[in-house]
Amino acid sequence: MEQYAILPVGKEGVLGAIRQFLTNLLEKKLVDALLVPLELPTGDNVVPTIVSSPEQIQAANPLAPVMPVNTARLVSRITLVSSSPERLGVVLRSCELRALVELVKLKQASLDKLLLIGVDCFGTYSVSDYGKLVKEGSSPTGDFLKKVREGKDDALIRKACQVCEYPVPMSADLTLGLIGANLDSSILLVAGTPEGEKIVQELGLEEGKAEERQSAIAKLTAERAQKREELLKQTREEIRGLDKLMATLATCINCHNCKTVCPLCYCKECFFDSPVFEFEANKYLGWAKRKGALRMPSDTLLFHLTRLNHMVISCVGCGLCTEACPNDIQVSDIFRLVGYEVQKVFDYVPGRSLDEELPLTTFKEEELPDIGI
Amino acid sequence: MAEEKEFEPVIVGFFCNWCTATAADLAGTLRMQYPANIRPIRTMCSGSVDPVYVLRALLGGADGVIVGGCPPGDCHYVSGNYKARRRMAILKTVLTTLGLEEDRVWIRWISAAEGPKFARTMNEVTKSIRKLGPNPISKDRSI
Repeated sequence: MEQYAILPVGKEGVLGAIRQFLTNLLEKKLVDALLVPLELPTGDNVVPTIVSSPEQIQAANPLAPVMPVNTARLVSRITLVSSSPERLGVVLRSCELRALVELVKLKQASLDKLLLIGVDCFGTYSVSDYGKLVKEGSSPTGDFLKKVREGKDDALIRKACQVCEYPVPMSADLTLGLIGANLDSSILLVAGTPEGEKIVQELGLEEGKAEERQSAIAKLTAERAQKREELLKQTREEIRGLDKLMATLATCINCHNCKTVCPLCYCKECFFDSPVFEFEANKYLGWAKRKGALRMPSDTLLFHLTRLNHMVISCVGCGLCTEACPNDIQVSDIFRLVGYEVQKVFDYVPGRSLDEELPLTTFKEEELPDIGI
Repeated sequence: MAEEKEFEPVIVGFFCNWCTATAADLAGTLRMQYPANIRPIRTMCSGSVDPVYVLRALLGGADGVIVGGCPPGDCHYVSGNYKARRRMAILKTVLTTLGLEEDRVWIRWISAAEGPKFARTMNEVTKSIRKLGPNPISKDRSI
């Protein structure tokens, strides 16, 4: 059962209220450190930062509409060798938390001593768009929240975010509830676990009500789901069939950036970077002879198809693969479409719950009657 | 006029050591015929066949791929074939969603005792892939 408390918003605005909350966590020793997005001194990017001194929280901005990296990757980086020795609070968007849950299931991260603080997400811009706005002198966070409040469309929001049907973090200890809140007066602090409830008690916050939040979430989720359907339909038309698929991948240069930024592509040494792909010259010439000609670098389609086979079951649709592509291939659209179909086969929602086993680590004796006779 | 030569597909078979590969031996001992189109590769378990091997074959020149494992419940390693079944379900869903020919990938459970089933299945898959014709992906220079 979720518990709701009120975080009052004063004249410092909603961001001020969130900074106060994070400062309290540190000052009251409810956490020893926080992994939270901080504005860089130059202002043109907001990056996940480990903060141990409360004064630094004045630069914290979990509401900035930008996600340069998926924080799940960073939590894996911090906790892979050994779990955190101190209490570490981690501030995450929904897609980051879902990716983290997948990484924990893949044994690539540990949640020991972690306090998971989710933030409702209205979407993010690309890193370059965000930086451009700052350089032009506007304040993207404030402008963004204003548009959200007025219910205006924001064309700068990344496509992956526009079609994300999970704006609310699942399985967080605490969630900063912005959806449905009147951002001028207060936001909700939602405790989703006993751990979260304990913190709400320690902070002595007033109890809040969830009706408006629930109906606003339902509305937003429905809108996003509809946009997702449109994207799936459009992507199907654009990429189905060998010719269309290769037209989509025509500008791929095999840089593997999409793999590098993917929060779920965790292999230390990717198969595609391994000696398996170090061929002797006569191999290439032989392939060219058989086909008449051979595109170089080779194995473009094999790379993408293999990544789909290996990762798409856990794809949370954060869209950073598209962001990382130097040639604007909409990698994330392909993953959203294929992910939708593959996840449907196993009724699996990546990151929904730690208790659900990864489809490839389990099985049922009676299932998939069409596969093998 | 000379009749056009019938298309001879190349089909890569990944056969589990304990069942399907043994069934192939049995088919041989029983002097049963199966087409030379099959290029068998023995694997320790159908569960060890990563989709990338299947894709490598399909993109690298094969017209079809058949993965052969122990019948469900009879895996030498208890559950490898159940996992293979899930992997192949994902592979086929990926291919179908992208509009690529998933029917060039076959999965069959053939136990060590089923020599005749092995020979029959190899005849079936060869006939079916022959009907599909040459695999367009493997001849594409731009993939």
